[in-house]
Amino acid sequence: MNKEEKMSRKISILIVDDEESVRDSLNSWFTEDGYYVKCAENAKRALSILESEEFDIILADLKMPGMDGLEMLRRIKALNKESIVIMMTAFATVDTAVKALKDGAFDYVTKPFDPDDLSHLIRNASKQIVLKEENENLKKKVFSLENVDDIIGSSESMQQVLKEVESVAQSSSSVIITGESGTGKELIARAIHFNSPRKFYPLVSVHCGALTESLLESELFGHEKGAFTGALYNRKGRFEMADNGTLFLDEIATISGKMQVELLRVLETKSFMRVGGNKEISSDFRLICATNRDLKMMVEKGEFREDLYYRLNVVNIHVPPLRERKDDIPLLADYFIKKYCTSMNRPLVSIDAAALKRMEEYAFPGNIRELENMIERAIVIGNGRKIHLKDLPIAREEISSSVESLNDLEKTFIRQILNKYDWNISRAAKALQVDRVTLYNKIKKYGLKSPE
Amino acid sequence: MDQSHLTLISFGYFEKDFLEKVAEAVMHEFNHPSRIREGHIDLSEFFDAGRRQYNANQLLHLVDSMSLPECLKTIGLFNVDLFIPILTYIFGQAALGGKSGIASLYRLNNEYYGMPADKALLLERFKKEVIHELGHTFGLIHCNSPVCVMRSSTYVEDIDQKEMHLCDRCRSQIKVI
Repeated sequence: MNKEEKMSRKISILIVDDEESVRDSLNSWFTEDGYYVKCAENAKRALSILESEEFDIILADLKMPGMDGLEMLRRIKALNKESIVIMMTAFATVDTAVKALKDGAFDYVTKPFDPDDLSHLIRNASKQIVLKEENENLKKKVFSLENVDDIIGSSESMQQVLKEVESVAQSSSSVIITGESGTGKELIARAIHFNSPRKFYPLVSVHCGALTESLLESELFGHEKGAFTGALYNRKGRFEMADNGTLFLDEIATISGKMQVELLRVLETKSFMRVGGNKEISSDFRLICATNRDLKMMVEKGEFREDLYYRLNVVNIHVPPLRERKDDIPLLADYFIKKYCTSMNRPLVSIDAAALKRMEEYAFPGNIRELENMIERAIVIGNGRKIHLKDLPIAREEISSSVESLNDLEKTFIRQILNKYDWNISRAAKALQVDRVTLYNKIKKYGLKSPE
Repeated sequence: MDQSHLTLISFGYFEKDFLEKVAEAVMHEFNHPSRIREGHIDLSEFFDAGRRQYNANQLLHLVDSMSLPECLKTIGLFNVDLFIPILTYIFGQAALGGKSGIASLYRLNNEYYGMPADKALLLERFKKEVIHELGHTFGLIHCNSPVCVMRSSTYVEDIDQKEMHLCDRCRSQIKVI
């Protein structure tokens, strides 16, 4: 199947020629080829058609009474720079051909042309149109994937989050990102910003939880010189710094009642005054907030203003906790191994199957942040080749709930100790306070095998 | 007489046997009776001295004017080099969804390309060309199927690539008046 056939719509062609026979011939030729064709007898008529209708290809005579083809070409290009204009002429001169091409003509043909040349010409132009459309589609696709390299996850729930990011990025609506601590809410905020039309302007982050009320106020609104003790200079606030960009307020649930009122006012008017100032400053920013609290519940309890809640909560993106997307644990582990081995200038380590299995069983209350720290620690304390169960802080917690008999317990415990000491029998025996022969016998009895 | 005949009007010399075979192929392809007439006109009126070719637009008008009311479609058969102002040559042309068309044997001849004559091949090409133009009169546009007779052919070799028949899709789209 060739490219033209792939196109769902018909390619449209406008023929501009003062000779009726030429218009008729081309019209029937292209109609028979399945194109949508319209004709104009002069440049003026063509331009008036082009004002109300778009054409993919314009095939125009160079020499026409009244406005000539070159002048028309310039005007068509002024209307739409992307138009594909092919000039036809009965008298080929290099000068006019060069001039037409310089002025943006797609091609230049001499009348009469071979039937095959005509087919080729239009096919090439159609190809150009298809490529342009493909390019635009691809751009959109690439665009949607930009700057999300650090968001790792092939799980369905994470893909859903990315889809939401993609759909919300183009708008300027306020977004609340909810999710437990350590799930990567800030990364999602960055992804939204860097995929939005505001990406060339700053993304300004404020961690509301880290600041007292008065500090937060000065931080957000800025202050004039002398507004309070220590305010020695005029200072721009975060609202101002985020002009045309995005303001990210982390831990929004921690802001005081007074700040809630002030924030609401700024969001409604898009303008504010610096602390101690009397000049109204306007700023156009997009607001993204994040919280690990249930804001709705806080509204019900009267801890968070309902009007502000609705103003902020235009779009809600929920980032799932790690325990709800366990499929992503190996990917994340790999990602952090690469990240830390590279930054510590170490060869890449791999991860032991038992260790990975344990990680997948673990609930990760601290989510990805916990996983990240766990990997970093394991690389630091590990043997430099492989991350073993013993390198993980969760190793000791391994108590098999399925164990009922004393024998099973002994078997599990011995395996655990052996793993801990990398199957070094002497050290394991010493830890278990038995001699090596006893340990060998136990290993044989329980059929224990080294994982490597 | 009912309006179901497809008429082929020959202009210039054609062998009787040759024309009958073309008529038979047309009849078989479109499932309509076909018949042959002879046209006697002075072709020099249609000759363009500058191009040393015959004006296909004017010839199409002529055939259209000669088409009888009782004929469903009329195709004029020629043995001269056809042109339209914008193209260096054409094998034939027809009014899309109209009543008439024209086709010429001239550029279908192997000798034209410096090859030994091949009468059977010439007949085959001409049948395809006449069926193709008739297809246009039945409202069919060019087909993308490589073997369909409605595929656009700008070189004689293109004609040899396709078959003498309409593909199923084109056949189902024929608009019978």
